[in-house]
Amino acid sequence: MKKKVLSVLMVFMMCLGLAGCGGGSNSTSDDISGKVSLNGSTSMEKFVNALSEGIKEKYPNLQLEAQFTGSGAGLEAVASKTTDIGDSSRALTDEEKAKGLEENIVAIDGIATITNKSNKVTNLTKDQLAKIYTGQITNWKDLGGQDEAIVVIGREAGSGTRGAFEELLGIEDQCQYAQELNETGAVLAKVAKTSGSIGYVSLDVLDDTVSPLQLDGVEPSEKTVKDGSYALQRPFVMATNGKISEQSKQVQAVFDFINSDDGQKIIKKVGLVTPNK
Amino acid sequence: MEKKLSIISHKKAKSLVEKTAAMIFRGCAIISVLAVVTITGYMIISGTPAIFKEGITGILFSTTWAPTAAHPQYGIAYVILTSIVGVFLAICIGVPIGLFTAINLAEIAPARLRKILKSAIELLAGIPSVVYGLLGILIVNPMMYKLELMIYHGSKTHQFTGGANLLSAIIVLAIMILPTLINISETALKAVPDDYRKSSLALGASKMQTIFKVVVPSAKSGIMSAIVLGVGRAIGEAMAILLVAGNAVSLPLPFNSVRFLTTAIVSEMGYASGTHRQVLFTIGLVLFIFIMVINLVLTYVLKRGDLDE
Repeated sequence: MKKKVLSVLMVFMMCLGLAGCGGGSNSTSDDISGKVSLNGSTSMEKFVNALSEGIKEKYPNLQLEAQFTGSGAGLEAVASKTTDIGDSSRALTDEEKAKGLEENIVAIDGIATITNKSNKVTNLTKDQLAKIYTGQITNWKDLGGQDEAIVVIGREAGSGTRGAFEELLGIEDQCQYAQELNETGAVLAKVAKTSGSIGYVSLDVLDDTVSPLQLDGVEPSEKTVKDGSYALQRPFVMATNGKISEQSKQVQAVFDFINSDDGQKIIKKVGLVTPNK
Repeated sequence: MEKKLSIISHKKAKSLVEKTAAMIFRGCAIISVLAVVTITGYMIISGTPAIFKEGITGILFSTTWAPTAAHPQYGIAYVILTSIVGVFLAICIGVPIGLFTAINLAEIAPARLRKILKSAIELLAGIPSVVYGLLGILIVNPMMYKLELMIYHGSKTHQFTGGANLLSAIIVLAIMILPTLINISETALKAVPDDYRKSSLALGASKMQTIFKVVVPSAKSGIMSAIVLGVGRAIGEAMAILLVAGNAVSLPLPFNSVRFLTTAIVSEMGYASGTHRQVLFTIGLVLFIFIMVINLVLTYVLKRGDLDE
């Protein structure tokens, strides 16, 4: 009896062992190996992390070492050649370009403002939007809508969407939120359910449960973001010191991966718009 | 497989089994102690750096929560106040309902009604907290929004929250702690010896008089522990109130959007970094101390109850 149990156990253990081995041995082998260092924007953290995870499948020996210290610090680091790629969530200044930095826009972050379906207001100016979020306009009737209080919904402190939204409108740390929700989906659901509410979400999650607001007469969509006419957007730049073709083959592999179908999928997965080539 | 039944024949093996079993049990007992010690140690280690950095007044007594500002401020006074006020009011609503339900169950209800009530309460206890939150969004929040629109109609100063406010959170919390309150108070009421009731009734007291003058006072310590456990459950709840309370840091007034200690951690943990993250751990430490105090009160209440009897 005991022996039987023992043998069953042994077989079980062996199976486990084999299964363990199986995981390690499959790989899409590639001869590019080494490390690529990235430094820069905290807003790009989600994207860069998704990228470094995704790239492992194609280049198992290539490692992305990412730090998130802010756009300016990242660009400075790449200019002084202490890092391979500088992440920036804004366009480069002429001064930075003069230092030899190459502005490689890998993705675009677009933010849509949304409101409840019952709302008659369809268009806001940038200024009106800023005033709503700082609490200077509190009723839709001041914006040409019905007499209804505005319920200001936003994201929690630390959220990339909130950071971008406030930065693009120039109202950092002045917003007065009635609700701070910690997920894009939650914002969408609350706006869909609460009449008189306004919220902001990444462009990719827009659906027909809410009505998107035009900004200065421009409808938020992938197209208007790509052609630059929609204002609530910012580029995600992965700057290199000199052209990509002048970089090491590891760095080139990173950009190859981003431009491949898998890379473009990752960009869409984290809620970004792929730029026009 | 035949085996001889004898006490002596496997003496050695048996004593080995006994010893191993004892060791396993002891090991299991140590795990929970170890867990408590580790958690306490970890909470203190990760919760204190921010206090040293920002100063205890900068965190506990300041009211401005702006963790990502250019000059970040980490005041959680409103958050602490919200947790205290919210839980206190939830208890004020929950305790009468829970206690009367328990009295009904233990003393008044006929067997069939009792059965239905019992299974309903058990079901209530088994519902995951996030479901309470969803129901809060679907039912409580819209009702509160209507109320808000009525009360603050035409108000220029009030910021409309769409119904996600302190009141909604209190209502959801009050319902969530009902099962705890009911089950423990019922057990306490049932533990009161039948002789007490019979003597009281024999002296001419009515049923209600017996319940309120004899049974409830004798079950006092049990009911107290029910309340303390209810407070513990309410103060530690995060998921449900995250969905209904609005989560803006502000003074806990009934129609303000508020943030509790638990939701302060949950809602910003995802993207927080640096000092901001450390302060979230400090909030965890504050919450931990709250729960510890509640537990100490509970043991004190229970001990005093034992002395009474």
